[in-house]
Amino acid sequence: MRFPHAIIGAAAVALLLSGCTSGSSGDATGPINLPEDPASVTGDISYAIWDVNQQPAMEKLIADFNTTYPNVDVSVELTAFPQYFTKLQTQGSSGTLPDVFWMNGPNLQLFASNDMLAPLEPFEDADLFDPSNYPSAMNDIYTYDGTQYGVPKDFDTIALFYNKAILARAGVEAPTADWTWDDYHAAAKKISDTLGGEGIIGSGDSTRNQENVYPAVLSNGGTIIDGDKSGYDSPEAVEALQFWADMVADGSSLTPAANADTEGFDRFLNGQVGLVWGGNWRVSGVLESAVAADVSVAELPLAPTGERKTVIHGVANAMSAHSDNPEAAQAFLSYLGSEEAALIQAEAGAANPAFNGTQQDFVDSAPGMNLQVFEDAATDYAEAYPVSKNTGAWNKVELDLLPQAFSGERPVADVAKDLADQMNEALAKEK
Amino acid sequence: MSETIERAGSGMQAAQAPAPGGGGATRLARKRHSPDGWWPALFILPLAAGIGLFYLWPLLQSVYYSFTEWGVFGGSTWTGVENYVRLMQDPDVLRAIVNTLVYTGILLVGIPIAVVFAALLNRPGLRFAMIYRTCFFLPYIAMPTAISMVWRIIYNNDYGVINSTLRVVGIEGPAWISTEWFSLVAVAIVGLWMSIGFNMIILSAGLKGIPPELYEASAIDGAGKGRQFRSITVPLLTPSIFFLSVMTFIAGFQLFDMLYALLGPTNPVMPKTQSLVFLFYDAAFGANEKGYASAIGVLILLIIGLFTLVQFRLQRRWVHYAD
Repeated sequence: MRFPHAIIGAAAVALLLSGCTSGSSGDATGPINLPEDPASVTGDISYAIWDVNQQPAMEKLIADFNTTYPNVDVSVELTAFPQYFTKLQTQGSSGTLPDVFWMNGPNLQLFASNDMLAPLEPFEDADLFDPSNYPSAMNDIYTYDGTQYGVPKDFDTIALFYNKAILARAGVEAPTADWTWDDYHAAAKKISDTLGGEGIIGSGDSTRNQENVYPAVLSNGGTIIDGDKSGYDSPEAVEALQFWADMVADGSSLTPAANADTEGFDRFLNGQVGLVWGGNWRVSGVLESAVAADVSVAELPLAPTGERKTVIHGVANAMSAHSDNPEAAQAFLSYLGSEEAALIQAEAGAANPAFNGTQQDFVDSAPGMNLQVFEDAATDYAEAYPVSKNTGAWNKVELDLLPQAFSGERPVADVAKDLADQMNEALAKEK
Repeated sequence: MSETIERAGSGMQAAQAPAPGGGGATRLARKRHSPDGWWPALFILPLAAGIGLFYLWPLLQSVYYSFTEWGVFGGSTWTGVENYVRLMQDPDVLRAIVNTLVYTGILLVGIPIAVVFAALLNRPGLRFAMIYRTCFFLPYIAMPTAISMVWRIIYNNDYGVINSTLRVVGIEGPAWISTEWFSLVAVAIVGLWMSIGFNMIILSAGLKGIPPELYEASAIDGAGKGRQFRSITVPLLTPSIFFLSVMTFIAGFQLFDMLYALLGPTNPVMPKTQSLVFLFYDAAFGANEKGYASAIGVLILLIIGLFTLVQFRLQRRWVHYAD
């Protein structure tokens, strides 16, 4: 009676093997040949995102995608940002990544270097993706080891927000494109000195990396990461950090502790701050605030070098390298990178789309605010948001050490040296 | 409070959640031929399988991973005791242990406070007792994160109710959530406030178990209310108090979600206020060093295990069991 067992066993093995081969019939990383007839692309795919405010726009995109590909069912998986990448990592290690998902700069290299993402070269070869449609710095963020992995979805740059009413009351002229750091400091000081009694402070700037530290360091000719080394201990970077420390020291700007209680930009929205550097994602919040009518935007002031720089960052759409339904996922990712999709996004006011020339809707969303500044920043003086393979490790070091410099607790140069050393240590571990 | 770790999305939560009271298990004499056969084992199986799969197995894995460098997407390399050497040299770890102990110490103050409140609420003939009990218990069942958001506003230096009130009487209060040490005390006050409800429920149950004859007899002997409280209520509550001190210690060492929500991860005093579990979270999901994070997890397990053991040893000196 042993014989039947052997047969059953053999049959089971055969089944398993056939299951394997059928499972790997599609390839998520090889050349792409989407069928002539879109209706022949079928099946379910998942699309992971983290912003609930953008979900309606994403549903609109899917509906529009379905007019061309009626037989692909795309389901949106929403996870709040604090858990999003933790979940994505877990899904990556168990081989259950969503088919298409949002990616950000700090995580790109981590996922790309672990072969989690489908490279975009095959898309380019099949004319389904063209990097020249997007700001080049955005392409840089999503490129690892010479290969691009993310289709830029939207972008943000940094500019100077100011409250016209507060400036007028303090007798400060509205900022112009010629403002230098000294002009900026003097204006903030004058506001604090004049209106300090009412709890109004000149600048709402703080230790925010993306909005304050990075643009200042880059404007001054410094770097955050230079190759595989930290740029924080360069004289240019130290000078930029000193600029912020000086602002805090004489009350022109908020201390890190005051920022922990009520964040600088929230104070700006409450009408308690005259000037603040901020990203374009702040615009919708400004429009909903009580100060909406008084706010306008100008270029960042010029560093002592005579230059200005902004960091540019944004979300990208990426595809899993292990998608079970690569054909449908490829079709969807290609659609998400189209001008059509960018215009739908812009119209929904969800985000500032990354596709060149589709940002007019965003600029028009606040006609009096001069939002064109953000778009010009992207084309004229933007540098890629600094990332590495394990960005989180040194972001933590920045978070721990920079406040010590801005609060005046320790000399800026000492903190910068410490920061560079610890950051280099973290970067060395990435090898 | 083990849900705090689960919320962090970790598969290592078991490392911080040792079964309370495990050291006090009574040893049953084992019969060689049980008349019940294997039936009892069958009934225990589902629970045992669950605990084995979701607590013991991850715990063993955490111990294993603490000796490795763990890749973000799985795959680990054996590094021996490297993580533990680093643990001993890391000044953040020492500070986190001190912070966690201070926090737990303040939390323990909640037990005597709860004893007094429980005794007051158990007085016969007290009106609206249910309403008081609900008020005390409400903070315990509310979401810790939601509570933290409310307290964040209360503590706010610019418009918070505490410092606004102090300003009225001419005192400039500290910036509660952004000043070293005050931040830790601020977190502990909220923790203490939340724990009173749970402590009171346990103590109320303990009070109900004290035979009323004792009070009658002592009254006949001439004991006043204060004397009765000291000589009858407190000694007979010691088993409940002991249970609470063990539980409080374990809960205190798992401080994470309140700290995170109350101070905010970008708070400049966070490096001086962080707890061990926060450090664990940061290592695992901030710096992506899950091997080192596992070592921190094992350290937390060892500390909790050690203190629980010590508490069980010491209980013989002060805990009175009624029989």
